[in-house]
Amino acid sequence: MRAKLAMKGHHEPRASSSCAACKLLKRKCTSSCIFAPYFRSDEPKKFAKVHKVFGASNVSKILVEVPEEQREDTVNSLAYEAEARLRDPVYGCIGAIALLQRKMVELQHDLAVARARLAWYAVPVASSSAQGVVMDENVGMVSFDDMPCCSMVNESFGQSSSELTQVPPMNDFGQFPYVF
Amino acid sequence: MSSFSRCAACKYLRRKCPQDCILAPYFPSSNPQRFACVHKIFGASNVTKMLQQVPVHLRAEAAECISYEAIARVQDPVYGCVGIITQLQQQIIQIHSEIMKIKGDIITHHSAHPQHQPLPPPQGDPCRSISIHQQEQDNFQSDEHPFGNF
Repeated sequence: MRAKLAMKGHHEPRASSSCAACKLLKRKCTSSCIFAPYFRSDEPKKFAKVHKVFGASNVSKILVEVPEEQREDTVNSLAYEAEARLRDPVYGCIGAIALLQRKMVELQHDLAVARARLAWYAVPVASSSAQGVVMDENVGMVSFDDMPCCSMVNESFGQSSSELTQVPPMNDFGQFPYVF
Repeated sequence: MSSFSRCAACKYLRRKCPQDCILAPYFPSSNPQRFACVHKIFGASNVTKMLQQVPVHLRAEAAECISYEAIARVQDPVYGCVGIITQLQQQIIQIHSEIMKIKGDIITHHSAHPQHQPLPPPQGDPCRSISIHQQEQDNFQSDEHPFGNF
């Protein structure tokens, strides 16, 4: 009977219990509610945060544009972004990105130093003071003159590099706006 | 502000741009696409509220970040800028693994060739070993996964 009424467009069948979105928006939660699968009634804060930052209408439009199998990931990423923005109203998620970029630059420096150290140890004992091409089965052909990190061989790992403060460009958005 | 110098937001919303328009300093008419993305993802009302909650001297940065997030979400509707975070975390894990591997190789090489002249001690702290900062390791290990907290 309900299905017949639904088909005739009289009214949509009501969901057994309202989802968090419909509870907050104080509306009927239908069986075709786009929010219901992703905003369960026992997680009211999740939708509240997303609604505060993005707005229910915008979230609905984003979900509609996305394939159904990717909607859960979409909701989770929106929730994460909303949480970040509520915690940090100025930088939001971008703060985390900047931090990770800085960490990556530091680790890349550490990696370069580590490779230089390994190359140093790869020099045969008899020719440890020799310049020029060094062959090592692990490192491959390396020339000390060509190695960009030769000057850093005497530095320990983890030494902060004040010169490495420039954050590299990201994806298609050009130069990241923040330099820490 | 006259209708000839409306900001991108007021042009998009087809309204007058008042002198005290909160969005005008951050959404100039020269870049209409930027506000279009912001409006699509956050909505003008939400962006206005967000900027009002932030001290004036920080609003430019806030607007920049909001725009960045909006553009990222338009480009990638599923993950937005969280996709960038995940990518960076994976790259960090990869580099960290490589550093650990090289450490192992150095130790192996040193054990196999004890007669090899040791590397001169690092400047500054002679007790420092070949490792990344312990704090970096702690921070790295405590990083939360973006999708783990809901």
